Amino acid sequence: MSSLSERILAGAEGSYVDREVDRAYVHDGTGVLTLEVWKAMGSPPLRYPERVSIFFDHIAPANNSTTSTLQRELRIFATERGLNFSDVGGGISHQLMAERGVLPGEIVVGADSHTCTLGAFGAFATGMGASDMAAIWAEGATWFRVPETIQIFFEGALSDHAEAKDAALCYLSRLGMDGAIYRALEFRGEAVPDLGMDDRLTICNLAVETGAKAGMFYADGITARYLKERGLEAELQEPEPCRCAGSVDIDLSAISPLVAVPPRVDRVRRVEELQGIPIDQVFVGTCTNGRFSDMERLARGLKGRKVMVRTIVVPASRAVLLASVKAGIVEELLRAGCTIAPPGCGPCLGAHMGVLGEGEVCLSTANRNFTNRMGIGGEVYLASVSTAAASAVKGEIAPPEVLDEA
Amino acid sequence: MRLEGTAICLGEDVDTDLIIAGRYLRTKDRGLWASRAFEDLDPALAKRLKGAIIVAGKNFGCGSSREQAAIALKEAGVVAVIAPSFGRIFFRNAINIGLPLLECECGCTEGAHVRIDLGEGRVSIEGNMYRSRPLSPRMLEILLAGGLVELWRCRR
Ligand code: SF4
Repeated sequence: MSSLSERILAGAEGSYVDREVDRAYVHDGTGVLTLEVWKAMGSPPLRYPERVSIFFDHIAPANNSTTSTLQRELRIFATERGLNFSDVGGGISHQLMAERGVLPGEIVVGADSHTCTLGAFGAFATGMGASDMAAIWAEGATWFRVPETIQIFFEGALSDHAEAKDAALCYLSRLGMDGAIYRALEFRGEAVPDLGMDDRLTICNLAVETGAKAGMFYADGITARYLKERGLEAELQEPEPCRCAGSVDIDLSAISPLVAVPPRVDRVRRVEELQGIPIDQVFVGTCTNGRFSDMERLARGLKGRKVMVRTIVVPASRAVLLASVKAGIVEELLRAGCTIAPPGCGPCLGAHMGVLGEGEVCLSTANRNFTNRMGIGGEVYLASVSTAAASAVKGEIAPPEVLDEA
Repeated sequence: MRLEGTAICLGEDVDTDLIIAGRYLRTKDRGLWASRAFEDLDPALAKRLKGAIIVAGKNFGCGSSREQAAIALKEAGVVAVIAPSFGRIFFRNAINIGLPLLECECGCTEGAHVRIDLGEGRVSIEGNMYRSRPLSPRMLEILLAGGLVELWRCRR
C-alpha cells in the first residue's frame, strides 16, 4: 500500500531515487541564475529541450533596464533553442502550466517554490533551485528523496462565504510553517469531489508554506474532465490506505473566512477578530488566487460598489484576463475603481506595480506575508478573494458578510 | 571534512526573503548578495559573516527557491549552517553550491568556537558535543567536490 509520492517516484519513503523529469520550468526570476550555472557547466546540450519551459512572470514587463538586460539574455536563449517560452504578459508560470495541463503521475520540477501547485493534477510537482535545474536541463533527470506523507482529510462542504483559500489557511495553521518539512501532503476525504480544479490548485499552492515538498490530490473525474477539455487523456488514481507520518481532519463546513497575520503564514485568525484594521491597499491575484473563478468572485463582490482603498487586480494569465474581458468582469472592476495590471506576479514579491511603503498595510490574496515581502516596512495580511473584496469596499479588514448588505 | 568557525546564533523560521531580500535579486553580482545578506533581519550582520558558523533555530531557509540565499551566505564567508531543520529547497541549494549544512539540535552561544566533522556528523560547541543527522552519500559527494558544477566538471 503506497502513498502517491511512492507510486510516482517508484521508491519507498525515505529512499533516494534518480528519476527523469517530465517537465522542467524556470521563470525570469530563477532562469537567469539557471542559465549562469548551465554556462558554468560548459553549456552542455539540453537532454530533453521539449520538456523545458521558460516563463516571464516575476518582473514582467521589466521595471528597469537592469532587469531588461537580464531578461534579454534569457529570452534569446529560449527563442534560439526553440524552448516553450512565454514572454511578458503571458502570465504566471504555475498558472500557464496548469492551463496547458499536467498529467497525473508526471514528475514536474520548477525553479520556484510554488511548483507544488501542480500537485492538483496528481503529479509529483516540486520546487528546486538554479543548480538543480541547470543539471536537469543537461541530464533530463535528478535525484529525489521519497518523502513521507501527511494526509489531510477534508469532510463537509464549504459554507457560503468560505473558499478553498480558507481551507488552505486552515490546514496551514494546523500544521505550522515547518509541520510538513521534507514531507508530502495528500489531500483526501469525502469533500474532494466537491473541490474543482481551481480550488485544488489553490490548496496545493500553499503546501510549501508548511515546509512540504509537494501537495497532491489524486486524479479523479474532475481532473479527467479538465484535461479532456485540453485534449489530454488522464489515468485516474485510486487512493489506497498507506503508512503516513501524520494526518489532519478538517471539517470544511466549520471553516469561516480566515486571515494570516504578518509576518507568519501560520498565524491564522478568523477575519472577525481583525475586522476594522485599516488598510492602504488590496491586492487580488498571484498563483494562489488569480484565476478566472477568483476574478468572477471579486466582480460579484464589487458589482455596483466603489473600492475605498487602492485595489490592484492582476489576472494570473492572459487567458484569465481575456475571459474576464469577455465576461464583462474587467468593466465591472474598472467601474468599481480597481487598477488592473498585466498578467504576472505583480507586486507579490515586492518588485513593482504595487510595492508598499513604510508603515503601509496590504490585504492580499497571495501566499506569503514575510517581513518586507511587498516592500520595506509594509505589512501583508493574507486572505481569500471574498475577504479581499469586502475589505476593499470598507477600506479596512472586513468579512465577506458585509457584501450581503444591500 | 573538518570545519571551524565562530558561532552566530539566529532564531527559528528564518526565511529566504530575510536571508536575501527580493529587491536584490535582479543582478548577477554575488558580492552584492553577500553584502546585503540578512539586511532585513539585522543590517549589521553581513559584516560579521566571514568565518562564521550560523547556528539557527528550526526551518532555516524556508520560503522561496532563490538560490541567491545560499550563494549570499557562501560569498559572505559563512563556513557552515547548523539548524534542527531546513527549508528543503534551501537545503538542496546550499549543498549544490558547496555550503555545508548540518541538521542538529544544539545550543548556541554567540561568538563561541564551533568545530564540525562533516563526514562523522559531529558538532562541538565550546566542549559540548552534538551529533547531527548524517548527510546522504550523494550530498557528501557534491559538498566534497565543492558544489554541483564542480562535480559535473570533474565527472566529464
Ligand atoms: S505570484 Fe507570487 S508566489 Fe506566485 S510565483 Fe509569482 S511571486 Fe511567486
